[in-house]
Amino acid sequence: MELLAENFDDVLVIRADQDRIDAACAIRFKDLMRDLTQTSAARIILDMSKVAFIDSSGLGAIVAAMKAVGPDRQLELAGLTDTVQKVFRLTRMDTIFKIHDSLAFGMAKAS
Amino acid sequence: MTPPPENVRSSKTQITIASDFLAIRHGLLILFSQEPLAGLSDDCRGRAEIVIAEALNNIVEHAYADEFGDIEVSIGLDGTELACQIADKGRPMPDSQLPAGLPHQLDGGGDLPEGGFGWFLIRSLAKDLRYSRLEDENRLQFRLAT
Repeated sequence: MELLAENFDDVLVIRADQDRIDAACAIRFKDLMRDLTQTSAARIILDMSKVAFIDSSGLGAIVAAMKAVGPDRQLELAGLTDTVQKVFRLTRMDTIFKIHDSLAFGMAKAS
Repeated sequence: MTPPPENVRSSKTQITIASDFLAIRHGLLILFSQEPLAGLSDDCRGRAEIVIAEALNNIVEHAYADEFGDIEVSIGLDGTELACQIADKGRPMPDSQLPAGLPHQLDGGGDLPEGGFGWFLIRSLAKDLRYSRLEDENRLQFRLAT
């Protein structure tokens, strides 16, 4: 499980550099996200373009990360792959998160 | 001569997975690299992985909550559908029934749910869900459209 954080002006970009966010790594993901998002960045975007699969534990960990950055900020998501998108759509979590087609689209909104 | 379609339609695979989240991850990898799952569309593989992963996670979290055991997964192609069976020897389902798996109300006002999506996902994607307890074994059966 690896999360790579990088700052672009007031945007914190976190890249999930892993194939899946599942029950085997959900707690570690949640802890790492909590550490990485302790910044003053105005926006936080999680790039999920490398993540091919999440299960409900992974989804729960992403929701927990979203709650941890609030209430004044949101955790934005970018680059959801097909199966990840299915999980968000079925649980209607796609109506809760701001989701960008790609990191580039998400970054463009910042400027 | 091409083989008769019956050969393809009866393709089946079976795997035993230990009741541990890392073993599940590894088991899914093997399962999805074999027929019949290997040859299906990305859409079908995605739906199947969501359902099978949730069913397996539930067994680790609930059926084998305080013990370790084996989980037997068998997946067969039956015509245009996948016929799946997952068996374990852990605790039975409460009241011998599958959880209702109701959707969460996401009205935005309250605290967002961090769990309880598993059975909702299974029920959304699988059909002909059946649970039975045979002696000391839990058996979950379901079908998935390909």
